[in-house]
Amino acid sequence: MKTKLILAGTMLACLLLQCSLMPAISIASITPNLMIVFTVSFGLMRGKRSGMILGFICGLLTDLMIPGLFVGLRAFVYMYIGYFCGYCYRIFYDDDIKMPVILTAAGDLVYGIAFYATQFMLRGRIQFFFYLRRVILPEMVYTILMTFVFYRLFLLLNRQLEKMDKRSVGSFV
Amino acid sequence: MKKDHIKSKTLLFILSVASCIIIILSFVLDFSSNPLNYVAGYVLTPLQSGINQVGGWLSGKMDYFEDNLSLAAENEKLQAQVDELTVENTQLLQDHAELNSLRDLYDLDHKYESYTKIGARVISRENAGNWFSVFTIDKGTEDGLAVDMNVLAGAGLAGIITEVGPNWARVRSIIDDYSNVSAEISETSDTCIIAGDLSLIDDGNINLVKLNDPDSQAKIGDTVVTSHISDKFLPGILIGYISEIHTDSNNLTRSGYVAPVVDFKDIKEVLVIQNLKQTAPSEQ
Repeated sequence: MKTKLILAGTMLACLLLQCSLMPAISIASITPNLMIVFTVSFGLMRGKRSGMILGFICGLLTDLMIPGLFVGLRAFVYMYIGYFCGYCYRIFYDDDIKMPVILTAAGDLVYGIAFYATQFMLRGRIQFFFYLRRVILPEMVYTILMTFVFYRLFLLLNRQLEKMDKRSVGSFV
Repeated sequence: MKKDHIKSKTLLFILSVASCIIIILSFVLDFSSNPLNYVAGYVLTPLQSGINQVGGWLSGKMDYFEDNLSLAAENEKLQAQVDELTVENTQLLQDHAELNSLRDLYDLDHKYESYTKIGARVISRENAGNWFSVFTIDKGTEDGLAVDMNVLAGAGLAGIITEVGPNWARVRSIIDDYSNVSAEISETSDTCIIAGDLSLIDDGNINLVKLNDPDSQAKIGDTVVTSHISDKFLPGILIGYISEIHTDSNNLTRSGYVAPVVDFKDIKEVLVIQNLKQTAPSEQ
């Protein structure tokens, strides 16, 4: 229960940072996507199930906080990102930064393309490569930079959480 | 802790269906006024403005240590400008009084005076998704704001309120990809549509389309203001100046680009006009 509360608190903190700090440090009006970093990191460190649930809640909250054309798209995409990151749960060492970086890049790319396809392509804005160059790829690069910073923080947090879980027997998230 | 273990794949399926239902629901229902959004507004708005205040305080401290000399020089220059503007302003006020008395003679409405405005602070610039140019301000229904109120920044039109909560409101700026504003060229009184476009934001332009100008009178540098026939925008608010114009291939309409007067990169304070178009006393 305590683990869940701490995770929820972390998520809320990330959401707040995403809405206030991240736009403040945006470069060329491109804002890094902290929520993807959060989803990928915890998907990797805690497995499919947690990744999926955290991704879903993350996406839903982001949808409500940051307007889009409709609510639920981010919830859908983040959930799958979290789920597939959970597949790498067994096959990676959590000290290794390469894996989260690659997965964040892939996740952000998928998210960007899904967003473009639903909100822009369907309205007749078909210059895909412009949007790829102008929004999707820069966001990906900036988000990777954020991964280097935030992944280590999440890693430290998760180690503490795991220690706590071991002490209280038989509770998994 | 009791827990019934649903298989991950089943859960994935359930959540997928749930998010699809949410997407459909958000199309059918208006999510902007749902309770969850209200809760989010109540909990997150104070936190956000807190973070903003810390940021403002920090940058204020940084500014404090800026070179004193350059500030003094700037102050002198600004003082000179104030004097100049005061002189200009008195002249304009006299002209204004004369204009009003002449308008009275002709029984015309006074154009701008009766708008009540309220200042608000931008608490989050939500290009956080990178795709939209939407921002949130720190006033809401409690301060008398409502959906469709026009928002000004500095001299010109910044956007329109699309969602409102008790203590926050969301403003869609006119450079947003979804924004369409009915406008007119003030020199020629021809109407057109000002449509935001993400692919033009970098150049600092907005699209000008469907300009009904058969005699090709509009030229670069002309002033674009909101039109009298708009449903939601009050008439005569400055939008920007034409930066490029050409005739469409249909030879009937013209289109081009407009450079907005508002600097959308760093909007900090805005003015909300509390008159709605429908109830505006100067409606024509």
